[in-house]
Amino acid sequence: MEVVGQLQKQYVDFITSLFREAYLDDQYVQLQKLQDDSNPEFVVEVVSIFFEDSEKLLNDLASSLLVSISLFWVFILCLRPSLLLMVVLFFLLFLFQLYSQQQVVDFKKVDGYVHQFKGSSSSVGAQRVKNACVTLRNFCEEKNLDGCSRYLNLVKQEFYLVKNKLETLLRVSITLW
Amino acid sequence: MGSDCSSVVAEELHVLAVDDSLVDRKVIERLLKISSCKVTAVESGRRALQYLGLDGEKSSVGFDGLKVNLIMTDYSMPGMTGYELLKKIKSSSNLREIPVVIMSSEKVLARIDRCLEEGAQEFLVKPVNRSDVKRLRDIILQGYENDENKGSQKRKLQDLSPTSCFARDLTPLKSASASASSQQSCLKRPRL
Repeated sequence: MEVVGQLQKQYVDFITSLFREAYLDDQYVQLQKLQDDSNPEFVVEVVSIFFEDSEKLLNDLASSLLVSISLFWVFILCLRPSLLLMVVLFFLLFLFQLYSQQQVVDFKKVDGYVHQFKGSSSSVGAQRVKNACVTLRNFCEEKNLDGCSRYLNLVKQEFYLVKNKLETLLRVSITLW
Repeated sequence: MGSDCSSVVAEELHVLAVDDSLVDRKVIERLLKISSCKVTAVESGRRALQYLGLDGEKSSVGFDGLKVNLIMTDYSMPGMTGYELLKKIKSSSNLREIPVVIMSSEKVLARIDRCLEEGAQEFLVKPVNRSDVKRLRDIILQGYENDENKGSQKRKLQDLSPTSCFARDLTPLKSASASASSQQSCLKRPRL
């Protein structure tokens, strides 16, 4: 069946590119080796758990980095100050917010989440996600809020990328075999 | 512990796996099953102690009848860390003989030393792979075999009567394995 042959080739090409571009590493191969007729859904199961866990972790991470001081801004507007006063107040508040965010964020907690995420991504072979987590942890250790926020976005990006690719991969492999 | 004349250890080890990550529990469970081990996977040190009957609540329900031959625990867990679990097990007269393996994604030398000094059998760097598990299994089974050989020698020496089926004490290998493992994932020092 030529169509099947072609699809199989596309599958092989696709998964090869995932390894080449470091989306996946050898640990994914190890997972595949653990799958057999007695447990034919193993990889799908593990990857699904990874997806679920990760969504939750990403939410926890986002909320732990978020500090809400927006009410201050509303208050200022309500005072109806003169333009000059408003500018000065905004500026002061901006500085205050910068300062307080550094104090308010619990970097230890954030680090804990990142550690978990690093662990689970490493266990499924999601190499890029793992590497991004490692860098994110460094920012946590430095208590660098800006770095953390930026890198969290990257971690998120990498996660959704690999999620997309894995979903495609698994869908195709289920069809073919 | 009941007495048993026959070889107690069948080819299947019963392993208690402790890890707060569901992904890791699934993977280690599969790794162990595929290496012909029976697995019980729990998500925390507290649950592990409950399973082992060590949680202080003297509920004599205790184990589900299956003796644990090996404990594999993650190091970083909320609540009770793997290290704390290790200490609790090694300070229990019932359980201290069960080999405990610590797993961690972080290769921190101080951490490794601490665990080995506290009596951990080995310290494995995650992700754990099949050859790690196979090696562990072989070491532990070898330990039982050694004990059995020792036991049978004693029988010859003492010329025991058929009624003396001594209680099997499933002590695993105590002596340090001299194997200089070339694998990067395993770090082991001889126990003093």
